[in-house]
Amino acid sequence: MVSFLNYFINGLSLGSIYAIIAIGYTMVYGIAKMLNFAHGDIIMVGAYIAFSVITTAKLPAAVGVLAAICGCMLLGITIEKIAYKPLRHAGSSLAVLITAIGVSYFLQNVALLIFSSNPKMFTPIIPMSMMTIQLGSFRIQTISLVSIAVGVVLVLLLQLFINKTRPGQAMLACAQDRGAASLMGISVNGTISLTFAIGSAMAGIAGVLLCSAYPTLSPYTGAMPGIKAFVAAVFGGIGSIPGAMIGGLLLGIIEILSKTYISSQLSDAIVFAVLIVVLLVRPTGIMGKVVQEKV
Amino acid sequence: MKMKKLVSMALTAAMAVSIVSAAAYADGTFYIGAIGPLTGAAANYGTAVVNGAQIAVDEINAAGGIGGAQIEYKGEDDELDNEKSVNAYNTLKDWGMQILVGPTTSGCSIAVSEKTKADNMFQLTPSGSAQDCTAYDNVFRVCFSDPNQGMASAKYIGEHGLATKVGVIYDSSDVYSSGIEATFEAEAANQGIEIAVKEAFTADSNVDFSSQLQKCADAGVELIFLPIYYTQAGTILTQAMMMGLQTQWFGCDGLDGMLDMDNFDKSLAEGVMLLTPFAADAEDELTQNFVAAYKAAYDVTPNQFAADAYDAVYTIKAAAEKAGITPDMSVSDICEALKTAMTEITVEGLTGTITWTADGEPDKDPKAVVIQDGAYVSMQ
Repeated sequence: MVSFLNYFINGLSLGSIYAIIAIGYTMVYGIAKMLNFAHGDIIMVGAYIAFSVITTAKLPAAVGVLAAICGCMLLGITIEKIAYKPLRHAGSSLAVLITAIGVSYFLQNVALLIFSSNPKMFTPIIPMSMMTIQLGSFRIQTISLVSIAVGVVLVLLLQLFINKTRPGQAMLACAQDRGAASLMGISVNGTISLTFAIGSAMAGIAGVLLCSAYPTLSPYTGAMPGIKAFVAAVFGGIGSIPGAMIGGLLLGIIEILSKTYISSQLSDAIVFAVLIVVLLVRPTGIMGKVVQEKV
Repeated sequence: MKMKKLVSMALTAAMAVSIVSAAAYADGTFYIGAIGPLTGAAANYGTAVVNGAQIAVDEINAAGGIGGAQIEYKGEDDELDNEKSVNAYNTLKDWGMQILVGPTTSGCSIAVSEKTKADNMFQLTPSGSAQDCTAYDNVFRVCFSDPNQGMASAKYIGEHGLATKVGVIYDSSDVYSSGIEATFEAEAANQGIEIAVKEAFTADSNVDFSSQLQKCADAGVELIFLPIYYTQAGTILTQAMMMGLQTQWFGCDGLDGMLDMDNFDKSLAEGVMLLTPFAADAEDELTQNFVAAYKAAYDVTPNQFAADAYDAVYTIKAAAEKAGITPDMSVSDICEALKTAMTEITVEGLTGTITWTADGEPDKDPKAVVIQDGAYVSMQ
C-alpha cells in the first residue's frame, strides 16, 4: 500500500509537469490554431537559462526561476513574430506546422552550439536538506508536491484570467472567430502575442520543475516531454485548459502505474493505446467541446 | 579533324589515369581516415576518437612513420546517423583513404562495414561494441564487444562476492545496453547471482526512473547493475538519493564520462564501480604521456574513446609493419595483408595488452575501477 501511494504520487508529480507543458500547447492551439512543436524546446531553453543563472552565475534560485520565465516569454513572442506571423495567412496550416518543426531543430542546435552535447546536472531549486519529507514509513519528494501545487495554482489563475479579465475575454473571442473579433476592435496580433507569452512562460516554469525532478539537462531534454504533453493536450481535449491539466495528470499516472504493474518496456505503448481508446469514445478528448457547424 | 579528336581523347584518358594514381598512392604516404559523431548528442565520443587518433598519428609521424612512410590523416563527422556515416566513408574514399579507423558507434560501424566489405577495405573500429560490428572478416575492433562486457561484469560481481541478489535497469531500445543485459543474465546464472528485478526503459521514456528504482528498493537488492550510458545514470543516481535508496552500483564503459558532466554532484557517484578499459589517472608511463599530450592539445582529460582510438592507430602501425605493406599497394591488397597480420601481433596499448582472433575480437583483461572522492581508483 505504501508502495502504491509512492507510485501514485510519482505519477501525479510527472503528470503535473506534463500538464503545465500541455497548457502551453493547448492555449496556443486554441487561439492561434497552430501546433507549436517548438514548445518542448522552449522548456529546454528555460532550463538552460535557470541553470546559467543559478549554477554558473551563482544567484539565488528565485532569480533563476524569474529569469527563466522572462527569457522564455521573450523567446516565445520573438518566435511568433519572426517565424509564425508571416505565415499566418499562408493559406495552408501545414506551412506553419513545418516552420514550427524547423524552429524546434533550430533551438536544439543553437543549444548544442552554446552548451555542447555533454549533459549538465541541474541544481534542484529546493535545498538539499528539504528534498524529501518523511511521514512514518512514507517518503515523499518535496519537488513532487511543489510540481502538483504549482500545476493546480497555474490552472486556477489562468481560468480566472481568461474568464474575468478583458485580455482574457479577447483570447476567448479570438479562439471563437478571429475575423469577428478583429471587427469588434480586438487586436488579434496583440492577443496572439499575449498567448505565446503566457504559454512560453508556462514552458519556462515547466523547464525548471522538470529539471529539478529529473536533473539531467541536455539540448534534447524538452523534446520527449514536449511530445508527451502534446498527447496529454489531445487526451484532455485540445483547446481546453482544464482538459490539458486532467490529460497531463492522467498521462503521468497511467505511465508510472503501467511501468510499475505491467511492464516498464511497454509503458509508452499502453499510454498511447489508452489515448486511442479515449479518442474513439470521445473524438474531441475528455473535456473537448463538440463544435457544431452552423449553416 | 578525326586525328585531332583521337589525340584529345588519348590525352584526356592519360590525364584521368594520372589524376587517379597521383592523388592517393604515388606520394609514399598512408591515407588513414576516421569517422565519428563530431556534432550532435554523441559528439563527446566522436570528438574523442578523432582527437585520440590524431595524437597517435602525430607521434608516429614524428618518430618516422609506418615502415618509413608518413601518415596522412583525416576525421569526418557522421552525427551519429548511419546514412551520414556512409556518406562520410565515401568522402574519405574520394580523398584516398586506404585504412579506416572507425566509425565510433555501433550502429554506424555496422552500416559502414557493408561498404568496407564491398570495397575490401581494412576497418578497425575503436569503440563499435555491438556484436555485429565485426560480422565481416575485414573488420576488427579495439574495445570489448557488448556480450563480453556483460559476461565480464557478471563474473566480476560473482568472483568478488559483491552481491548475490541484484537488480538490472537497462535501455531496451538500445543495442549496446540490451546486448550487455542479455549476456549478463546468462552469466549471472553460472555465478549464482539472482536477478531479482529486471527493469527496462526506452529512448522515449528515459526521464523518470522512479518505478524502476522503487521496485529495486521493494525487492531489497544488494546491487544494481546499470549497463547504460551516463546521461541516464546521472538521473538514476539523483532519484535514488532522493528516494533514500542506498545500494552498490555497477556499470560498464557507458558510465565513463559521468564525472565530466557539468555541475555533477560527484558525491552521488561515490562507490560506483564500473568496468572500463581506461583510467586517465593510471600511473603507467604510456597513460601519463598520452594524457599529458591530449590535455596539451585539446584542454580536456581524454576518456576511453580517445584511448581506444589511440590504440587503434598503433595497432594499424604494428600490423602494417608486421605485414610489410607499402602505400603503393591497392586498398584490397592492404586489407588482405593486414587481416593476416592482425592475428599475429600483440599490442601493448593504453587499454591493455591486446591480441586478436581472426573473427575480429580483441582478447584483453577487463579492468574495473571504483569512484572514490570523485576520481577513478583501479580495483584489483
